[in-house]
Amino acid sequence: MNAPGQTVLDAEAIARTIRRLASEIIERTRGMRSATTLCLVGIEQGGTPIARRLAEEIEKVEGRAVPVGGLDITLYRDDAASALPDPKVGPSRIDFTVEGADVVLVDDVLHTGRTVRAAIDCLFDYGRPRRIWLAVLCDRGGRHLPVAADFVGKHVQVPEGYALDVVAEGTAADRAVLRVWRPSEAPGGVRP
Amino acid sequence: MSAGFRHNHLLSIRDLDRDDVNQILDAAESFIEVSRRSVRKVPTLRGKTLINMFFEASTRTRTSFELAGKRLSADVVNVSSSGSSVSKGESLLDTCKTLEAMRPDLVVIRHPASGAPAFVAAHIGCSVINGGDGSHEHPTQALLDAFAIRKAFGTLSGLKVVIVGDILHSRVARSNAALLGRFGSEVRFCGPRTLMPAEAAALGVTVYYDLKEALRGADVIMLLRIQKERLEGPLVPSMREYSRQYGVSQRHLELASPRAIVMHPGPMNRGVEIHTALADSERSVILDQVEAGVAVRMAVLYLLTKEVRAQTPRQAASDAG
Repeated sequence: MNAPGQTVLDAEAIARTIRRLASEIIERTRGMRSATTLCLVGIEQGGTPIARRLAEEIEKVEGRAVPVGGLDITLYRDDAASALPDPKVGPSRIDFTVEGADVVLVDDVLHTGRTVRAAIDCLFDYGRPRRIWLAVLCDRGGRHLPVAADFVGKHVQVPEGYALDVVAEGTAADRAVLRVWRPSEAPGGVRP
Repeated sequence: MSAGFRHNHLLSIRDLDRDDVNQILDAAESFIEVSRRSVRKVPTLRGKTLINMFFEASTRTRTSFELAGKRLSADVVNVSSSGSSVSKGESLLDTCKTLEAMRPDLVVIRHPASGAPAFVAAHIGCSVINGGDGSHEHPTQALLDAFAIRKAFGTLSGLKVVIVGDILHSRVARSNAALLGRFGSEVRFCGPRTLMPAEAAALGVTVYYDLKEALRGADVIMLLRIQKERLEGPLVPSMREYSRQYGVSQRHLELASPRAIVMHPGPMNRGVEIHTALADSERSVILDQVEAGVAVRMAVLYLLTKEVRAQTPRQAASDAG
């Protein structure tokens, strides 16, 4: 069990984890796709910076740019009309075609699985991907839906009701750390 | 972080503070994106019902609200006064009570009587949106105009906005003056004396009777429709006379700011209040306004439908992920 206030992954560990996830993605998807159709789609807001960094790592190995998009799933939440006191809708940015694409969906923390369900629904409104994988920096368990990640950076045990968040230290994404918060201490309180 | 959208109805721009307006416009930015996808629909308002009650003719506002509701997956029903129980002598209150019994979540009302939406809101248990009432207000038009202005200038403050035409009968002019005034822009009304309301000065606007003076340095030139049915009456001698004095053409742009944009809430009478070349010029954002209309109305429907439930961050955190 990880304790409140504890740093689960520091900036350096996150960088290492992302490099490992990138090579796993290359290896596991290589035989199943043509290199040109792979794209990464981050779930706003936490997933997109991680998707962008994964894309950089994959590009280093494969020598070609991987398209990166971002999905805002606010409008697809199962509790869109009721849950959050102030759900802010943000724009989704997918400027490539997902029709027939091999998509790696990326998020920072996998918990109940509801966000992933919403993201898959949202993605299908952009087209019919050939295949969707799920990559997460951190899996904290506690699923409400039958959802599993294909690529997991780290498994963490966090008590129910506690928050697990990627906290930016400074502005650069590579200085983020993954931290466990007591309910009252979570930065910003609510993470959509 | 703003305090959230705490309104049950959208009846008047006067009820909205700057935060509310910004929240609607920010949400609308995202809804623009939804309308540009190949699948122009999100499931957000699934199971909600929107009734459009139009007691006055309207194409663009009714279509815009209908598309906004449908793109959010709400069920949309349109009721117009002709051919309905209204034309059979039913009172507004009875019509509302009847519709309320069908349990809608949102009702949009356009009515020739100023204050009708507020009256309905006081007697009905769902959210009411003013879709234009008499010569009082047209809040969603002002919001979509604000969206187009903010897109062009990046701000709603410190601009010079000229509204030209039949101000007397214009709810669009009133709502726009209220909204843009709130953000600290200078609003000028321009038109013949017979079409200028007595309370113009009380709205915090400057009144001009000379078009050229009004246009000097303007950032936004907003033209209003001159209603042909009113033109030949005692208010304006003739359409040609009006057009000569207040019709805006491309050469008028020399007087305005070099970055000036031209707006029109529609429907426009080409060759009367706006010369046809100007309506089709690069300065015209008239079609952007129409696109913004659907997005802004989606934002309004979305924000009004949220049942704000008191929830602790703890519950929210455990629901997330």
